[in-house]
Amino acid sequence: MEPKRIEAPLTDEVVMSLKAGDNVLINGVIYTARDAAHKKLVELMDKGEPLPIDLQGQFIYYVGPTPEKPGNAIGSAGPTTSGRMDAYTPKMLEQGMKACIGKGLRNQTVRDALIKYKGLYLAAVGGAGALLSKRITKSEVVAYPELGPEAIRRLEVKDFPATVINDAYGNDLYVEGAKEYAR
Amino acid sequence: MRELAASTISENVAEMCQEANFYLGEDVFDALKKSLETEESPTGKEVLKQLIENVEIARSEQIPICQDTGFAVFFVEWGQEVHLTGSTLEEAMHAGVRKGYEEGYLRKSIVDDPLYERKNTGDNTPAVIYTDIVPGDKVKIAFAPKGGGSENMSAIKMLKPSDGEEGVVDFVVNHVKAAGPNPCPPIVVGIGIGGTFDKVAVNAKKALFRKLGEPHPDETFAALEKKILDKINDLGVGPQGFGGRTFALAVHIETFPSHIASMAAAVNINCHACRHLERTI
Ligand code: SF4
Repeated sequence: MEPKRIEAPLTDEVVMSLKAGDNVLINGVIYTARDAAHKKLVELMDKGEPLPIDLQGQFIYYVGPTPEKPGNAIGSAGPTTSGRMDAYTPKMLEQGMKACIGKGLRNQTVRDALIKYKGLYLAAVGGAGALLSKRITKSEVVAYPELGPEAIRRLEVKDFPATVINDAYGNDLYVEGAKEYAR
Repeated sequence: MRELAASTISENVAEMCQEANFYLGEDVFDALKKSLETEESPTGKEVLKQLIENVEIARSEQIPICQDTGFAVFFVEWGQEVHLTGSTLEEAMHAGVRKGYEEGYLRKSIVDDPLYERKNTGDNTPAVIYTDIVPGDKVKIAFAPKGGGSENMSAIKMLKPSDGEEGVVDFVVNHVKAAGPNPCPPIVVGIGIGGTFDKVAVNAKKALFRKLGEPHPDETFAALEKKILDKINDLGVGPQGFGGRTFALAVHIETFPSHIASMAAAVNINCHACRHLERTI
């Protein structure tokens, strides 16, 4: 099936039009955050303080890239394991985040929160860091530079490939895909 | 006695750190290409195509195959007729890791205190180094940058001798099934059987250093590798867990004699970015 081109940030309408198993190509602006940045963001939320980025409609990409070589927008930049962000994801969705991109399983709480807040969980191909770096045209650190590879970056992406794993209807590609090919 | 300068070790290690991260070995690359021919799922095929293209981009542009450029793990076979001059082996290897990771724009992924501060050491040291003293006047260094995502999906079990082959197979297959998409399938599964609690874990890691396509030298264990591989692929998890017939590229077993009361088993998983290489100095 041909991948669907979608724009970032996302609208509810686009979220609701996508189903687990759909391949997409993302175009626009997305933000990065992994373990340490999530911890800081959620601490700010708990204290009721403003966040360094506006999460409305945004994609958050779980990635800690390698340092960029001179002349490249970014280094190798594939997804990291999403399960480590499970504890923070419902709060991120509550604050307006619409989609997250990583790899690997999410827990039931996250899957329920995706239904409740109309959100998506997508996977990019884990370990395809060199290929994915070519779909990122610009990268700048916008918060927590002291975290090194874990800093929050603003990325401009062009035809960034990802697959919907958990949609806003409760479907799960990890469960359905394996069922189809098990013997 | 052959004299070997510490700087020679450092230079080689620095080069190996970069080479392993930019150039996936032909053994793993071939296995990926072969799996594209046998994969039945269209999405699975799409993933494999992306992985093959990824390897090609990494090679031609010298960009790391994966952003997780790993914990630096070494198995060193040190010929007992070699005398190292200039520094200790550990210092020489760490100097190499430092240089390789810095000059290759590789990610530094090691934190100092594992529990509280977790502050990045800034140069990807320390490395994990296993050393064996062997006959001869050569030094063989095997290196693998080991990613965290797949390493986290490891397990050890002190089975009972009466659990037999079935016990080992169930332990491994159930464990790999639970890991599912997390270790970036298609995976390579390293299994240790026998020895003590610590030995079996090291052997599971060592199994990941073996070239893909080389079965265990003992026929019985080679057959067991094949049996476990088929069972894992029959789970249908497929490339990246999106569903398909290629969950694992290979299963490697390393064995060690066992205590009469024990049958230790360990699983260490590697992802498709199964980077490993060897040099003899
Ligand atoms: S498991 Fe392997 S391929 Fe996946 S992110 Fe980690 S090192 Fe990269």
